[in-house]
Amino acid sequence: MTISKEEVLHVARLARLELSEDEVEEYTMQLSRILEYINKLKTLPSDGVPPTSHVLGLENVFRKDEAREWLSQETALSNAPDAAGGLFKVPKIKES
Amino acid sequence: MDRLHEMGFKQLVSTIRRGGTSIREVTTHFLDRIDRLDGKLKSFIRVTRDEAIERARRLDAEIAELGRSDPGRIGPLFGVPHALKDNICTSGIPTTCASAMLERFTPPHDATVAARLRESGSVLLGKTNMDEFAMGSSCETSVFFPTRNPWDLDMVPGGSSGGSAAAVAAGLVPFALGSDTGGSVRQPAALCGIVGLKPTYGAVSRWGVVAFASSLDQVGAMTRNVEDCAAVMNVIGGHDPLDSTSAPVPAGDYSRKIGMDIRGLRVGVPKEYMGEGAEPGVKKAIGDALKVLERLGAIIEECSLPRTEYALSAYYIIACAEASSNLARFDGVKYGLREDASGLIDLYQKTRSRGFGAEVKRRIMLGTYALSSGYYDAYYLKAQKARTLVKQDFDRAFERYDILVGPTSPTVAFPLGSRMDDPVLMYLTDVFSLPVNLAGVPAISIPCGLSKGLPVGMQMTGRPFDEATLLMAAYAYEQASDTGRIRPKMLGEE
Repeated sequence: MTISKEEVLHVARLARLELSEDEVEEYTMQLSRILEYINKLKTLPSDGVPPTSHVLGLENVFRKDEAREWLSQETALSNAPDAAGGLFKVPKIKES
Repeated sequence: MDRLHEMGFKQLVSTIRRGGTSIREVTTHFLDRIDRLDGKLKSFIRVTRDEAIERARRLDAEIAELGRSDPGRIGPLFGVPHALKDNICTSGIPTTCASAMLERFTPPHDATVAARLRESGSVLLGKTNMDEFAMGSSCETSVFFPTRNPWDLDMVPGGSSGGSAAAVAAGLVPFALGSDTGGSVRQPAALCGIVGLKPTYGAVSRWGVVAFASSLDQVGAMTRNVEDCAAVMNVIGGHDPLDSTSAPVPAGDYSRKIGMDIRGLRVGVPKEYMGEGAEPGVKKAIGDALKVLERLGAIIEECSLPRTEYALSAYYIIACAEASSNLARFDGVKYGLREDASGLIDLYQKTRSRGFGAEVKRRIMLGTYALSSGYYDAYYLKAQKARTLVKQDFDRAFERYDILVGPTSPTVAFPLGSRMDDPVLMYLTDVFSLPVNLAGVPAISIPCGLSKGLPVGMQMTGRPFDEATLLMAAYAYEQASDTGRIRPKMLGEE
C-alpha cells in the first residue's frame, strides 16, 4: 500500500471528515491505487521549471473600497442552519 | 415547418419575431417534452415550470408593447429557453450541486452567467443533474439519481454536466450551460452527440458558480449546433468585475468567423491522442472527420504534445488540492446541511461526513494529502511544474498550428455502473480533455459520427481567446458533414 491506514485517518482528521471502519479500508485501498498511478509524475524531469498556479498571469486585482448596496443582513442569514440576533449560531465552543 | 425543438435559434427567434409562435407556446412545448420524456432520462433535478410560464407571458407582453417597433430588444436568445447545471446559482431557486450538503440551499443571488441569460430574454426551464460538486465523469455521483443517455438508456450521458448534455440531446431544451474543470462540458457533449465549448480560462465569469477547482473551472455552452453555441457565448462571455479571475479583455464577437473558408487552416493532430488510449471506433470517426477537413482545404499534420502522459496525474493533484480548499467552506455554519453535534469540531466532522458523497470525500482526502506537511513538494509543487510543461507543449504546438484535433473522449458512452468501482479507470475517461484545462486554452467538442451506434465527439483545441477560429472550423466541418444532424430516437419517438 502506498498509503497506510494511519495516514488515511490523519488526513481525514485534517479534512474534518469522520470515516467509518469500512470507509477507512476502502479509502486506504483506493487512495493507494490512485497514488500509485499519480507517482508516474516522479519520472518527469522538472528541475528549474517554474510552477504554474494560474494560466492568465493576472496580478492582484483591485477595486475602489467604496460602500455599495449588497445583501441585507436578513438575506445573508436566510440559509443559515441556525441564527439568532442577526448572527450565525453554533454549538458551544468552550466550557464556561 | 420544423418542429420547435428542431429549430436553431435563428429560426426560432425569427418565428417568434414575426408572430409565428409566442414565447409562451415555445416554453410550453419544451416543458411538455420534459414532462413526457424526462421521467426515463432524469436530466433535470428541478423544473421551474410556473416561473418559466410567467416569464414567457411577460416577454410576450414586452414584444407586443415595444418589441416589434424596437427590433434591437429582440436579441438572438430572446424567447429561447435554457437550462442551467445545478452548480450555477439562481436567485430564489435551489442550487444543490447534486449534493446532500446543499439540498436545501436557495441562493440569494444569480450567478453572472444566469443574470446575463435573463437579461438577454432567454427563459430558464430548470436545473440539470450533475456529478456531485461536478466531481465525476458519468453523472452517477449525483445524490439524487443517475441521468441516462438519450441514445441508449443503459448508458451514462457522461459528466459531470451530464444532465445538461442529455437534456439538449433529447430536445428537452434548446441549450444549457455546464461547467468544465477537466472535460465536464466536452465529454458529456461528446457522449450525447451535441456541441460543447469550454472557453479560454477567464473568458466567462465564474461568479456565482459553486467552485470546484478555481484555477481550472470554466462555464461553457452546450447546444445542438455550432452557430447556436457562438450565440450563447456572445451573451455569457466578457469581463465581470465580480470575478477577479475574469480576463480584462474585450469579449469580441464569437460568431465573426462563422461561415468563413478554412482553406489553409493548419491543423495539428497530436499523436498522443490517436494511440492505444483511444478505442478503434473512435479513431476511425476522427480519421473520417480529418478527411472532411482536408477536403475543405485544411492542412493536416501529425504533431506531438509530449507531456500528455503526465497531465492526468498533475490534473488530479491540482484539482483535488484546490477542491479540498474550496470545499472547506461547507462546515454547517453559514448555509447548507448541519448535523446535530456536541461541539464545533464535532459539528464540522458530522456535517461534512454526512453531507459529502464517496467521490467528493475521496477527492478531498487526496487533495488534503497532497497539500499536507511532508508531501507538498512531492505532489502539489511537482504537479504545478508539470502544469507548466503541459502548457508549454500547447504553446509550442500553436506556434505551428491554428488548431489541434483529436477525440474528446477515448471511448463512446459506457454502461451505467461499469466504472464506479474503479476511480482510476473513471479518471482516464478525461485523459484527452483535461490537459486543455491545465493549459487554460479553449476547446470545443462536436459530433463526428457514430461508433457502436453511439456518438463520437471530435475535440478542436485553439489558442487562448481564439474561440472564433475554433467555431469557424467546427462550423465548416458541421456544414460539410451530416454527422451533426443524426439525432437519438428518444424512447421510441418519431
